Amino acid sequence: MTAALSVRNLRVEIPTRRGVLTAIDDLSFDIAPGEVLGVVGESGAGKSITGSAIIGLLDPPGRVAGGEILLSGERIDNLSPSAMRQIRGKRIGMIFQDPLTSLNPLYRIGDQLTETILTHEAISAKAAAEKAERLLVEVGIPAAGTRMSSYPHQFSGGMRQRVVIALALAADPELVIADEPTTALDVSVQAQIIALIKRLCKDRGTSVMLITHDMGVIAETADRVCVLYAGRLAEIGAVRDVVKRAQHPYTHGLMAAIPSLIDDPNEKLEQIPGSMPRLGAIPAGCAFNPRCTYRFGRCMRERPGIYPVGASDASCFLHDASGEAPPAAVVRNAIDAGIDVRASEGAEP
Amino acid sequence: MSELTEMVETPADVPPGLARRVIDSDLFYSFRRSPLTMVAALVTVILVLAALLAPWIAPHDPFDPAKISIMDSLYPPVWSDGGQSGFLLGTDNQGRDVFSTILYGMRISLAVGFASVVLALFIGVTLGLIAGYVGGAVDSIIMRVADVQLTFPAILTALIIDGVARGIAGPRAYEDIVFWVLVLSIGLSFWVQYARTVRGSVLVEANKEYVLAARLIGLRPATIMFRHVLPNVLGPVLVIATINLALAIITEATLSFLGVGIPPTQPSLGTLIRIGDDFLFSGEWWITIFPGATLALLALAVNLLGDWLRDALNPKLR
Amino acid sequence: MSVEALSRPRPAHDGTDAPLVEIVGLGRTFDLSKRWLNRVLEGSGKVTLTAVDGVDMSIRRGETYALVGESGSGKSTIAKMVVGLLPPSAGSVRIDGVDIWKELGGAEQRQIRRRIQMIFQDPFASLNPRWRVGSIIEEPIKAFDLITDKRERENRVGELLSLVGLDPRDAGKFPHEFSGGQRQRIAIARALSSSPEFIVCDEPTSALDVSVQAQVLNLLRDLQERLGLTYLFISHNLAVVRHVANRVGVLYLGRLVEEAPARTLFSDPQHPYTKMLLDSVPDIDMTGRERTPIAGEIPNPVNPPPGCHFHPRCPLRFEPCDKVRPPLKEYGQSRAACHALEEGRVSAHRD
Repeated sequence: MTAALSVRNLRVEIPTRRGVLTAIDDLSFDIAPGEVLGVVGESGAGKSITGSAIIGLLDPPGRVAGGEILLSGERIDNLSPSAMRQIRGKRIGMIFQDPLTSLNPLYRIGDQLTETILTHEAISAKAAAEKAERLLVEVGIPAAGTRMSSYPHQFSGGMRQRVVIALALAADPELVIADEPTTALDVSVQAQIIALIKRLCKDRGTSVMLITHDMGVIAETADRVCVLYAGRLAEIGAVRDVVKRAQHPYTHGLMAAIPSLIDDPNEKLEQIPGSMPRLGAIPAGCAFNPRCTYRFGRCMRERPGIYPVGASDASCFLHDASGEAPPAAVVRNAIDAGIDVRASEGAEP
Repeated sequence: MSELTEMVETPADVPPGLARRVIDSDLFYSFRRSPLTMVAALVTVILVLAALLAPWIAPHDPFDPAKISIMDSLYPPVWSDGGQSGFLLGTDNQGRDVFSTILYGMRISLAVGFASVVLALFIGVTLGLIAGYVGGAVDSIIMRVADVQLTFPAILTALIIDGVARGIAGPRAYEDIVFWVLVLSIGLSFWVQYARTVRGSVLVEANKEYVLAARLIGLRPATIMFRHVLPNVLGPVLVIATINLALAIITEATLSFLGVGIPPTQPSLGTLIRIGDDFLFSGEWWITIFPGATLALLALAVNLLGDWLRDALNPKLR
Repeated sequence: MSVEALSRPRPAHDGTDAPLVEIVGLGRTFDLSKRWLNRVLEGSGKVTLTAVDGVDMSIRRGETYALVGESGSGKSTIAKMVVGLLPPSAGSVRIDGVDIWKELGGAEQRQIRRRIQMIFQDPFASLNPRWRVGSIIEEPIKAFDLITDKRERENRVGELLSLVGLDPRDAGKFPHEFSGGQRQRIAIARALSSSPEFIVCDEPTSALDVSVQAQVLNLLRDLQERLGLTYLFISHNLAVVRHVANRVGVLYLGRLVEEAPARTLFSDPQHPYTKMLLDSVPDIDMTGRERTPIAGEIPNPVNPPPGCHFHPRCPLRFEPCDKVRPPLKEYGQSRAACHALEEGRVSAHRD
């Protein structure tokens, strides 16, 4: 089956006065039809830039410098801006963090929805309006008929995000890109919105690329997760595997650092030392090596490829069966921590 | 874009010196990237230096009646028929060397410009800080006064103050204080812009957490305003000041041209243009054209600098 | 001089159990009306928002009291009133028995201010971008005349930087040269520089990434142990609160609806709103625990629902809920404000 979205060796560069920065470096992933792929990473990891690159809306001077982006098997990264406009909204729906950026404050909700439907579908205005109202009912707007003539500011934050979801789904897209869709909302509303996105996309068989910094949202919503670090893929796999049995030391540390409702509150949280490097100062070798407990000589020299481990893929030499082996102590520590090391064990130092 | 710029900055290990910080700064970078700005800066520097060094580089002293001779009057520029080698850009009706007079005149124009901008800055920034930080009735009063001030065009304000000063001082003493009258007139008509800009920025900055942190340790409002808020609102003020400098110079020239400014005995650029205006139709074009061209060049260069500064300091356009 | 020496001897437990911070009947309203002239011309009335409404709580020495709530709950307003940034409209805040909003003499005022500090949410806004880190940290030391000798002050700044895990040489740098987590460390160093006993942490990690959040939370815990600090910790993130707090107060639209020791609150929540909040925490451990779907959104705080503010969203609501404000009553170790609990409609304790 052709993937709904396929990103192949994507490279995004940002030319600056201090040289060209590589914001996304050799990133590949697929989203199957009907699948929800979570894209997580800390601020600056490149998750939003990936989303912008896919919809062709990179902030200048950023540019796609390599790789391919395929939507249902067709390349879309080399399309003209006008062709790309046809795809945005029609074939790729978008949900952003702040609902107000997606809604025009001067137009009624109903008119915005109807207009979007009419732009992408050859149906009568009346049929479009009916469809708009149906959509509002579907996203859970009470009294949708009368709310059609309300302006965005007359809605609460959660209701506005529901309208944005209706807008994103208006043209029955194959893929929805949701960039931090719940970050601006209150916790009690977040859960509602997550449930809504999940239900609607499942009903319609729409694929979702869910970009967020919140592992909790991913754990609740996504089928698979793609973890980014400093613009590179750290780990990708089924959500359960990544959350419960992370294979990359970064993901592993990240999961342990998140306070939860079942761990022992008297224990200190596990922490990853340091912080993610800025794009201008990514270390040689593995980008994570200065913060990594399991690093060995190779990590400082060579950049790791993507190695399969169980059902996941991780970019870490611990999973590389060929090449220089990690020292025995490192392997033992990693195995103790629950990492399925595939590399052969090196000699005792 | 903020995420991008955030990632672009690289931390240095050693605190860099001032020179290094200037060269590394975004401001200097955007300066180097704009040839027009560099030309404008060069022209401004040359003109300001020429004005400052006038007593040393001017071939004649046009303000000393003992050294000018009416016999030298109305020579054309040196390259025209009848031009005299000592008088590069010709002479005016009193025999003053136009080139030297321009240099000395520019001194006065620039001095009036700078002084009035400083005055406007002082009034505007102070009132803006107070209005923004104190708020309430004080804010309302200051801003209403500003609104009223805005309804008077700069020239009108200047004419009123000039008239009053003339009436009080009498014609003789007036010549001694005319410089300050001009500075006061122009300064008073320009402060509103600063006050409004500063007030707006203060309203934004005063709610930032670093100001709360300063209030928390019990610092006095005046201390917080000057130490914390002021340095963070100066960017836009600097832009307005630069553009206003050009405007102030032109306003001074306009007033002097209208005859309410600097008297002809010690002419500024505006006065020179007025003197020359009388001779324009009799063919002595150089008396008015050269000062006019200098004024235009100075105003243009300073304005270009102001425009660049505005764009360079605006994070949205960077 | 070491950091320990500079911080006063700890009155950690001086025998008496008198709380360090006592808040009684605290209230704050904001006037949102238009200007007088507009009101007259447009015929619109006065609009007031009650951000905080009759909150009673006390914080013991050396403990971490967490206030939890969503937007509009009044948690940040309470923080500002407790540290002395915003005068209350009603009630009092006492630190060590001294009412901080009573007319105090200059010296007394300064003395009390030195003992209270605050760590803000956004480390990008809480450090003056034009100041060097060293000046930012030493500002409270100067303001309270703690160390007059310049050299000694510089040493103290270096110690504070080491204490929060930074390099003493960082004093010469500007805030923009640091990452978010490092900036929050600088903010903490500044807060510690006046050797306070009580620190209000207003969402100190909500602007940070998770891996950095853990660093800052652990640092705050370390500092509490080393320096005997008392925290008021404000957050909307229950999982974070569970990790830092000894006691938790839950706010809804300006009122305290439940207060309990942290352990009790998470194992046995009383108020229906607390239960709802706990249910809304994403299930990061993928335990597949049973959760009730959450209904509705927070109403506009300008005209909150009458009676119990929570009644329109409450599954337990019955006849008095939309008329009478429920009082805060004790149920075991917890205190909660709920009519249903009061009448025993739900068993107060889970078995």
